Amino acid sequence: MRLSYMLPVAAFVGLAAVFGFYLYQVSAGGKNIRDIPSALIDKPAPEFSLAPIEGRNDGFATSDLAGKVSLVNVFASWCLPCRVEHPILMRLADEGVPIFGINIRDKPEDARRFLDQLGNPYRRIGADNNGRVSIDWGVYGYPETFIVDRGGRIRYKKIGPIMPRDLDEKIRPILERLGS
Amino acid sequence: MRLLVAALAACLVLAPLAGSRAVEPSEILDDPALEARARDISKGLRCLVCQNQSIDDSNADLARDLRVLVRERLTAGESNRQVIAFVTVRYGDYVLLEPPLKPTTYLLWFGPAAILLAGGAAVIMFLRRRTRLAMSGSAPLSDDERRRIERLLDDDVH
Repeated sequence: MRLSYMLPVAAFVGLAAVFGFYLYQVSAGGKNIRDIPSALIDKPAPEFSLAPIEGRNDGFATSDLAGKVSLVNVFASWCLPCRVEHPILMRLADEGVPIFGINIRDKPEDARRFLDQLGNPYRRIGADNNGRVSIDWGVYGYPETFIVDRGGRIRYKKIGPIMPRDLDEKIRPILERLGS
Repeated sequence: MRLLVAALAACLVLAPLAGSRAVEPSEILDDPALEARARDISKGLRCLVCQNQSIDDSNADLARDLRVLVRERLTAGESNRQVIAFVTVRYGDYVLLEPPLKPTTYLLWFGPAAILLAGGAAVIMFLRRRTRLAMSGSAPLSDDERRRIERLLDDDVH
């Protein structure tokens, strides 16, 4: 068998290995191929200051994140998957994890009702009415959750609702590693 | 027939004008030059919610917010490059519908041409070898071979 005849076979095996690897990641690894890697991982959280949801008196700004490991969650009352992950946020809040909310393009009364009915896991919430601060965070899907370290750097981003698996395999280990 | 040609011509002329479905009248800038630049930038930015549409084509909320943002920054006097950089810092290169040329994308940009060249080289080598083999078949006979043929022919005659 001459070497040149083996070339197409080698190319086929190589391609099959690459495709197989990605297929494995999607099927067994729980990787979502629509997720776009964040450009902001390990970068400082953006500078912003958001007013509270109308009728509340907190608001949320970059300075709130100083000196602790916290979760920043982008949510809205109109966002169905936000309701799916809500119990998990409540559980984390009960455990003492600081969670901050960015309420995106919501009606104040809807947002308030959402919190009244389901509970409020957030230490502070800012209303991002024109989506501008969410753009600064590189948000494109809802919900999105970031882990910010003590130094104010973004260390992890979850696109879509946090599922129990994400909590156990990603979020808890990262919180632990960062020493929350 | 003439009517048909006229109708086709009208379609060709009007088709580009029908392209701006998503851009709402309230978003359009007064300065036509600035608006043209905004449209140009928007066509190159991916709507990340829909992923295969530009923000110029998409009706998604995020696409609208980004269109408004692009126009605000242009009005503030930024260059096209600065506006695009502002968006890329936040969303990464993936937001660009045309991937930028840089070391990590060399394979993407030059891979197909490299495969074409390698394939072409392989075909040329294959053809050369084949002609060389065909040529060697018509090489002059050695003295030994000539004597053998003569002997065979002689056998036939007798």
